[in-house]
Amino acid sequence: MDGHRDPLSSRAWRALVLGVPLAFLALFFLYPLAAIVERGLRGEGDPPLDVLTDPTTADVVWFTVWQALASTVLTIALALPAAYVLGRYRFRGRGLVGALVVVPFVLPTVVVALAFVAILPDGVERGWAPILVAHAFFNVAVVVRIVGTFWASLDPRVDEAAATLGARPLARFREITAPLLAPALAAAAAIVFLFSFTSFGVVLILGGPRFATLEAEIYNQAVRLFDLRAAAVLSIVQLACVVAAVWVATRLERRVVVTGQLRPESEVLRAPRTTRDKLVVGASLGGLALFLGLPLAVLVERSLAIGDGHGLHAYRALGRPTSVLLAAPWEAVLNSVVYAAAATAIALAVGGLAAFALATSRGRVLDSLILLPLGVSAVMLGLGFLIAFDTEPLDFRAASWLVPVAQALVAIPFVVRILVPTLRSIDPRQREAAALLGAPPARVRREIDLPIVSRGLAVAAAFAFAISLGEFGATVFLARPDRPTLPVAIFRFLGRPGEVNVAQAYALAVVLMVLTVVSVLLVERLRVRRGGWF
Amino acid sequence: MLRVEGLTVGFDGVAALDHASLDVSNGETVTVLGPSGSGKTTLLRVVAGLQVPDKGRVVLDGKDLAGIPPHRRGIGLVFQDHALFPHRNVAENVGFGLRMRGDNPAATARRVRELLELVGLAGFERRSVGTLSGGEQQRVALARALAPEPRLLLLDEPLGSLDRRLRDRLLEDLARLFGQLDVTAVYVTHDHSEAFILGDRVAVMRRGRVVQVATPDELWARPADEDTARFLGIANVDGTEIVRPEAVAVRPAAARGDGTVETAVRVGPVVRLHVRLDDGRMLEAVMASLEHPRPGDRVDVEVDPRGIVRLR
Repeated sequence: MDGHRDPLSSRAWRALVLGVPLAFLALFFLYPLAAIVERGLRGEGDPPLDVLTDPTTADVVWFTVWQALASTVLTIALALPAAYVLGRYRFRGRGLVGALVVVPFVLPTVVVALAFVAILPDGVERGWAPILVAHAFFNVAVVVRIVGTFWASLDPRVDEAAATLGARPLARFREITAPLLAPALAAAAAIVFLFSFTSFGVVLILGGPRFATLEAEIYNQAVRLFDLRAAAVLSIVQLACVVAAVWVATRLERRVVVTGQLRPESEVLRAPRTTRDKLVVGASLGGLALFLGLPLAVLVERSLAIGDGHGLHAYRALGRPTSVLLAAPWEAVLNSVVYAAAATAIALAVGGLAAFALATSRGRVLDSLILLPLGVSAVMLGLGFLIAFDTEPLDFRAASWLVPVAQALVAIPFVVRILVPTLRSIDPRQREAAALLGAPPARVRREIDLPIVSRGLAVAAAFAFAISLGEFGATVFLARPDRPTLPVAIFRFLGRPGEVNVAQAYALAVVLMVLTVVSVLLVERLRVRRGGWF
Repeated sequence: MLRVEGLTVGFDGVAALDHASLDVSNGETVTVLGPSGSGKTTLLRVVAGLQVPDKGRVVLDGKDLAGIPPHRRGIGLVFQDHALFPHRNVAENVGFGLRMRGDNPAATARRVRELLELVGLAGFERRSVGTLSGGEQQRVALARALAPEPRLLLLDEPLGSLDRRLRDRLLEDLARLFGQLDVTAVYVTHDHSEAFILGDRVAVMRRGRVVQVATPDELWARPADEDTARFLGIANVDGTEIVRPEAVAVRPAAARGDGTVETAVRVGPVVRLHVRLDDGRMLEAVMASLEHPRPGDRVDVEVDPRGIVRLR
């Protein structure tokens, strides 16, 4: 579209869909980032070079990088069998498997970390190994969905052709499957790497004092040591890494679309027929179910444990005031729901408009800008808000609406990614036909685009709600002590000794898990066939 | 050489193959003709080892192939829509089977060049398969299957995705190649002209069964049953009797006439007429002349008794 005007969209509409997201991102994303950079380079405290040359910093960067790499490898190894099964076989409940595997991905980090504390024996429940396993637990969905979906579009006859030409199974994997799958594997790996690189809640709870990622160290410096300068410098280091990783990820993802001839799933998938087929399907899915289900089951069990028996006392205690919080624990449930609802509304408004702008133009700038918060960590957002909005005229320190705004920023990339493929799937001739039948542009959007997108909007809303509910990295900076959210309350309970406090943390985690799972399963009931990976 | 006995395959309770049997002798081309869903493709997949049958045997050169995986059968398969390796160029596609059996690179390159010449794609070695036209992709797929000199060549609607004119040209090329190479081949199609042009014998399939195997002439002269006759496009099938349209002579009525023309449609060189006889029956006739009766005209009808076939 080299500059010529689209006759179906008015100038005012384009100003709206571009202007609102850009203004929102400029104020709540770019400005806080700039504030961090400014504080890092010019603020009071140790000069930036001291922070950079501190041996602790090198240790932290090294740990961040290697744990992210190792987590990526582990995730792919654990996810590949299930991806194969979803990409090759048709069976009852295939859709349900695809839906359930996403549940861990949207579970709050705090809940997952706690589940692994619960399941692992004393002594090994903290350290680098549980961190890797927890990252795999989260990100298995990313690999299963991206690689599985892509696999299901690869023509199985290409592999069969190799077989009739004399290639053994191993040679076929090396010569045919692996190269064809490579783009999807690379894209999934890049995303898992990014999520593991910026992991916060898991590392904070499972890492103990010895293992910190950049993200956890930024939090330590800012909140525990009150050294905003050092936190800002570390943030800049992290930002550089993340930008590089996002750049690589988008390049790799772009390659996914160019390989070969893709087939509709209906032509690719086959029912498992032989005993061997059934064994492969059963073992892959059973193993995955055990890996994903067991920690959550143990979490529930632990929330009900009292001494040697079981009961609801931890849940009953949620209604009583506690010394840990400035509010009764059940109020955290209420706060979480209210904040998440507000965040969902913001994310849908801003993300929805941005999706319209992206779907109808080829703007690369907005594209990367809108996806950047996916990688730019939540902790950095929280820190950025603290630094940026503390002086007049932008003094929002007492404003509780900062929490949903930060949560919305975390959710917006997901909203956009859900809506853009749906919008792009609308055949432009439908809009043209409507226009020729006398509908002005606004009417075309209302009569054509909106009904088609409405299901996508519902999916996006539920996703945004789930993500906002579990958001921890930014919220822990911004939630006022008298208005904690569920993840923050869980974290506070964990920080206090005593069996009762730990039990309450488990109980709150179960409540949070149930809220999240319910909203995600609602999504899957509404789900339409869509591109993308969640 | 190839003997297929009582193959049965069910998918989700529906039989794709129902005791299908077929014999192919050395050097022969058998075309398998049937409507879509008749089990043709499943038959080929079982022979190639890509599908395990529920019942039945596949015997090649006296050896039962049960349990032998596809990569050790030495059977070539040309897929519908080609199934070329998208990440490999033309030469790498054609040479794949040679590399798998461990030929040295020089011998492989020589054989690849030879085959590309054979299919009329000399000089295409380094082209990416994504840049080829449908017809060129089809030729690459054929060269790829022929390269390792398979004992048996299977072709699954290889021309199905091509347009009419390209199909006719490739059909001639294929007929010439089959004659030249002396391959044993099973060729699956739903198009009778393809089946009749390429097949030494034609096997008609319906609902998972092979219902008749015959030379094209025999098949046309004596279709096994009503459905086969209809599928071959023979009109005027009436339960136990066929009246061939070319045996029906139609002339303008000399006196009262035998019936009235309902439609007259030109199909290339011939005109296809539907005549409603005065006793209510409908008869199709074909006439090869420029002048012909028009709808509504009264006509005399005469049937050459040699054009009447009694079905079993």
